[in-house]
Amino acid sequence: MDLSVINPILLIAALMSAATPILLAATGELVVERAGVLNLGVEGMMILGAICGFAIAVETGSPLTGFLAAAAGGALLSLLFALLTQVALANQVASGLALTLFGLGLSALLGQGYVGVKPPRMPDINFGFLTDIPITGPILFSHDPVLYFGLLLVAAVWATLKFTRVGLILRAVGENHDAAHALGYKVVRIRTLAIMFGGACAGMGGAYISLIRVPQWTEGMTAGVGWIALALVVFASWKPWRVLLGAYLFGGITQLQLNLQGAGVAIPVEYLAMSPYIITIVVLVILSADKSAAPGSLGRTFHASH
Amino acid sequence: MIWLEKRPQPSRFFAYVTPLLAVLATFLFGGLLFAALGKDPVQSIVTIFWEPLFGEFAFYYRPQLLIKGAPLVLIAIGLSLGFKAGIWNIGAEGQYIMGALFGAGMGLAFYPAESVLIFPAMVLAGAFGGWIWAMIPALLKVRFGTNEILVSLMLVYVAEQFLASMSLGLLKNPEGFGFPGSRNLQQYDSAHNAEIIAGSGMHWGVVAALIAVIFAYVLLARHRLGFAVRVTGEAPRAARFAGVNPSRLILFCLGTSGMLAGLAGLFEVAGPAGQVSIDFNVGYGFTAIIVAFLGRLHPVGIVLAGLLMALTYIGGDIAQSQLGLPAAAIQVFQGMLLFFLLALDLFTNYRLRFGRAETV
Repeated sequence: MDLSVINPILLIAALMSAATPILLAATGELVVERAGVLNLGVEGMMILGAICGFAIAVETGSPLTGFLAAAAGGALLSLLFALLTQVALANQVASGLALTLFGLGLSALLGQGYVGVKPPRMPDINFGFLTDIPITGPILFSHDPVLYFGLLLVAAVWATLKFTRVGLILRAVGENHDAAHALGYKVVRIRTLAIMFGGACAGMGGAYISLIRVPQWTEGMTAGVGWIALALVVFASWKPWRVLLGAYLFGGITQLQLNLQGAGVAIPVEYLAMSPYIITIVVLVILSADKSAAPGSLGRTFHASH
Repeated sequence: MIWLEKRPQPSRFFAYVTPLLAVLATFLFGGLLFAALGKDPVQSIVTIFWEPLFGEFAFYYRPQLLIKGAPLVLIAIGLSLGFKAGIWNIGAEGQYIMGALFGAGMGLAFYPAESVLIFPAMVLAGAFGGWIWAMIPALLKVRFGTNEILVSLMLVYVAEQFLASMSLGLLKNPEGFGFPGSRNLQQYDSAHNAEIIAGSGMHWGVVAALIAVIFAYVLLARHRLGFAVRVTGEAPRAARFAGVNPSRLILFCLGTSGMLAGLAGLFEVAGPAGQVSIDFNVGYGFTAIIVAFLGRLHPVGIVLAGLLMALTYIGGDIAQSQLGLPAAAIQVFQGMLLFFLLALDLFTNYRLRFGRAETV
């Protein structure tokens, strides 16, 4: 075993990349949950985004178009969830599970011709001399554009929720849908838009895995990242900056266990690979005491009959 | 203008009819999907749903119905108890794997001794494996209020890694020429979950599934605990007043579903699958969620739904070899079924009204 092969600076740079899929998906889900909807279909939307992004990027040769297609794919699938829960008033837990099962199947079907194909590479942003600065260069200025987009997204969601009218309405719908309805806000419309936003974010998170992290297509390649993102929203008490913190924590663990595998630590690979999931459980246990931050109407069905 | 009016009582008529409507809608849209894949839709549907039951080789496929249906029913019965009470165990796949590992481990520990006691010991170990794996989310929920959906699901991935580790390490066949996977339990008489009547598909897992169905039916219809399950799901506050202990109910529901999933895993690994290998699990734990909902969380409904779902697996295999229909198409088909069921359930709880809503 040789731990010196793990370079802490490169580890930090890599963990930012490992965290991005979780960050994108969790930020989207945070908006959905702040609007009072619990969408358990994140995993399904991510995997569909992964294949949509991959396929379009391969066909057009442009990773950026791939990401846009992934967002569109995720949003389209989430529209099915919106249809079930907002129009057909179905149970949100069951509908979310259905979305995940359906998304896994559909992605496998769409991805048949893409196994073993290499996607076009997304180039890193060129920061010129900034990249050559020791320590800060590799950490801050050596990434692809989507990673920075993820960080901007967190800031934008935070600012929107905190300072704007749109954010206020969204939170009102999530805290008490009956009161929001009485005030004249279109609860169903607002929630549908929030769900689609969440779907688009999850789709991009999935595409980040298939286009940048791996980059390859294999069935079920998201391997529970969507579920970790869901756990992360709870862990973050529905606050955007804490989502960022949590995503980096999980990114760090994922990357560290990969590096430890590479360094040939005496722990078997399978037990290292378990660690992100076990740590998710541990974190959930530690932080589940504080449920007061949950949106008041989370997971409840809204029907404007009265 | 069309609007929805909540029914004072869920419609019994629609509660029975929606699963059938959902199946019909899935036939229709599944047919469109198959057509989009360039296959003849009618022929595909016939191949999947008619061939295994009444086709030329039905004598071979009919026993498969029991073999594939039994684990689905066994798992779904357990899940339905929790789902009824609003306790969401969606990690049955993990409990299934752990049951198989514990059970197979118990059997292999005795290899090559022969005794009639080995198989019962394996059954107990399998049930224990599933139970203990489900107890993790249960105890965490009771003690710390952790979300059981997320914990049970995370444990699926942990179990999958554990399975990989076991089939490459501790349980690996020492005479297997270095290939991953355990000894074949089908060749170890004391541990083999053989068919009770040869060629019928009837193995001990099928018997266990039938017992579970009867047990669940009696529990829900006649027993106080079943009443507690139903009332907690329908009105949690009323359940408190009725003296239901929520913690005990969580432990019971998750424990039972884990145990049944563990049993399903053991019967599979000791019978049809034969050995512990990296990918011996084929997602029964997730498909059972669809079975539970399609069966209206009712024991009898679950049997019918389980058989239908088993049919899609068998027919899917036939369609794959005869028509070249991709395996994933069947997965989409199963997912679609759950979608339509959830959507059509609207009519169970709501009534469509035409004309203007009157303001009171």
